[in-house]
Amino acid sequence: MAEVGFWGGYAWPALLIALKVLAIVLPLLLIVAYVTLAERKVMAAMQLRVGPNVVGPLGVWQSFADALKMVFKETILPTGANRVVFLAAPALMFTLAMIGWAVIPFDDGLVLSDINVGVLYLFAISSLGVYGIIMAGWASNSRYAFLGALRSAAQMVSYEVSAGFVIITVLLAVGSLNLSDIVEAQRDLWLVIPLFPMFVIFFVSALAETNRHPFDLPEAESELVAGYQVEYSALTFGLFFIGEYANMCLMSALTTILFLGGWLAPFDVAPFTWIPGIVWFALKIALCLFVFVWVRATLPRYRYDQLMRLGWKVFLPISLFWVALTAVVLVVFDWLPQT
Amino acid sequence: MNALLAEYLPIVIFLIIAAGMAIAVLAGSYLVAPQRPDAAKLSAYECGFDAFEDARRQFDVRFYLVAILFIIFDLEVAFLFPWAISLSKIGVFGLISMLVFLGVLTVGFIYEWKKGALEWE
Amino acid sequence: MIVQAIAFYAFAAVTLAAAVMVIAARNPVHSVLFLILAFFNSAGLMVLLGAEFLAMILVIVYVGAVAVLFLFVVMMLDINFAELRQGFLQYLPIGGVIGLVLLAELLLLLGSDAIGSIAPAVASSAPTPPINEVTNTAALGELLYTRYVYLFQAAGIVLLIAMVGAIVLTLRQRVGVRKQSVGKQLRRRREAAVELKKVVPRGGV
Repeated sequence: MAEVGFWGGYAWPALLIALKVLAIVLPLLLIVAYVTLAERKVMAAMQLRVGPNVVGPLGVWQSFADALKMVFKETILPTGANRVVFLAAPALMFTLAMIGWAVIPFDDGLVLSDINVGVLYLFAISSLGVYGIIMAGWASNSRYAFLGALRSAAQMVSYEVSAGFVIITVLLAVGSLNLSDIVEAQRDLWLVIPLFPMFVIFFVSALAETNRHPFDLPEAESELVAGYQVEYSALTFGLFFIGEYANMCLMSALTTILFLGGWLAPFDVAPFTWIPGIVWFALKIALCLFVFVWVRATLPRYRYDQLMRLGWKVFLPISLFWVALTAVVLVVFDWLPQT
Repeated sequence: MNALLAEYLPIVIFLIIAAGMAIAVLAGSYLVAPQRPDAAKLSAYECGFDAFEDARRQFDVRFYLVAILFIIFDLEVAFLFPWAISLSKIGVFGLISMLVFLGVLTVGFIYEWKKGALEWE
Repeated sequence: MIVQAIAFYAFAAVTLAAAVMVIAARNPVHSVLFLILAFFNSAGLMVLLGAEFLAMILVIVYVGAVAVLFLFVVMMLDINFAELRQGFLQYLPIGGVIGLVLLAELLLLLGSDAIGSIAPAVASSAPTPPINEVTNTAALGELLYTRYVYLFQAAGIVLLIAMVGAIVLTLRQRVGVRKQSVGKQLRRRREAAVELKKVVPRGGV
């Protein structure tokens, strides 16, 4: 093997990758800032009011004003709190929400890290999300925080199982764990059509895993103050907030990749194919996020035992049955993907 | 093999950058924001009262049960992953073998349901 | 190659350091957190070997499920670590023997030509397909459910026993708890619930 110099062989490629990472992270942070604003405006519109409109025309600088306010507030470290774990929890949640985007394909071939096990990687990221919450709740040394964290963790974990089974049904139809392959396999037919019940279960499980309404009991204001976030202030709270919305965007991206055809246009004909794939991808994610906000504005909150009952007694049996059904149908009619 | 590993390198770099950003944000807040701790601000939130006792509460066995059931079903999903992508190669025998496995675990699930382990008051 | 070498030494060193800290840390929660760090670095080592499926499953199952269970227990129980550590010295010889047994097993494995001469049939019966033709996960899937079907079903039985065992050991029914029965609530009819009474003013019911 020829000897490559330090710069040519290692430093420039690493710098190039770092630039690509920043090209994903910086727009993502901007989008997350605007998603928070969009949520407030959309919810306001559904409630027949206006929403933030003071800071900038139509309130477009609201998120930046909020961020700036949070930077200058005091970070309170409660007595008896374990300092390292207390500060590591929001950092962990933020980091996990970011690194999930490394394997998402934005367009044909436009993916940072095209690993063979992309779906498993994303499943692992959502499994690890539980830690940010448990660590935050425990390290705060507050009963409300700890109880909220335990309940939130139990909830996330319950809905992850049915999400796993739904992913299996998609994999049966596709035959590969690679996310780009999953999108490619939907050229003829988006998987939302044959696997519609699974799409519904996956979407609701995504709501539960991101602790979004109507499953946000562990962090509801009237129930447990802010649950595991109660002792956090200023930028540490800001990190949790950004992490939660980035996670929401990640789950929407995963839903569109698995069911809505990723970056593929709805019909493979001329006017639709002129629009670049990344625009279609963004539109589909925006649709999912709109439904997230719509659900928040419309539905009442689930009580905790009803929530757990839904996850274990309704979603798990249905998704398990569907895995068996899909496998049997695919084998009997010989529709299995030939890899 | 090198192609495989080359795909993982961006993930490592992404991790370093994201963790670095999070730490920078936390450090920045210590530098920029005022730090004036006092006893009332630092005490745990308890609607105005002082906390009655330590945050450790009575051990609730239901959380432990949920965690164990999660481990078992997570392992079931882990076994399902290679099967799902190689079903075309292993044919009907592979299908039947997995259906037997799922059946065994479904028996366990029904047992749990009947025993009331999935109830949460 | 050099990047792989650096990565290997980094992952291996952190794994060893984290493993030592698991038993040396004073706070039990810190012990579990170091254990999680050790798991992550082991996953990194597996990726370096090309066993990417196993690395991801290690993270999903061990870190995502088992360590969560450990954390739940450690955080909720007030474990008195100082008391637990007092018996350290009397268990040292037993620990030493177990360590020696494990070391012997490792040395046997490393002498791989020894395996080849003892059991050549095992060594060449299922050669690993090249990684650029068949992914690691697909290669596992082709073997696990057909060649090793008995072991696979045995794993299923072990999981069933774990489920039943957990419930038998821990489930306690709380007396006097009122549960919601959704079916019963939905079956309720207006005739049984509402009764109209004609009330005379100032008459009462």
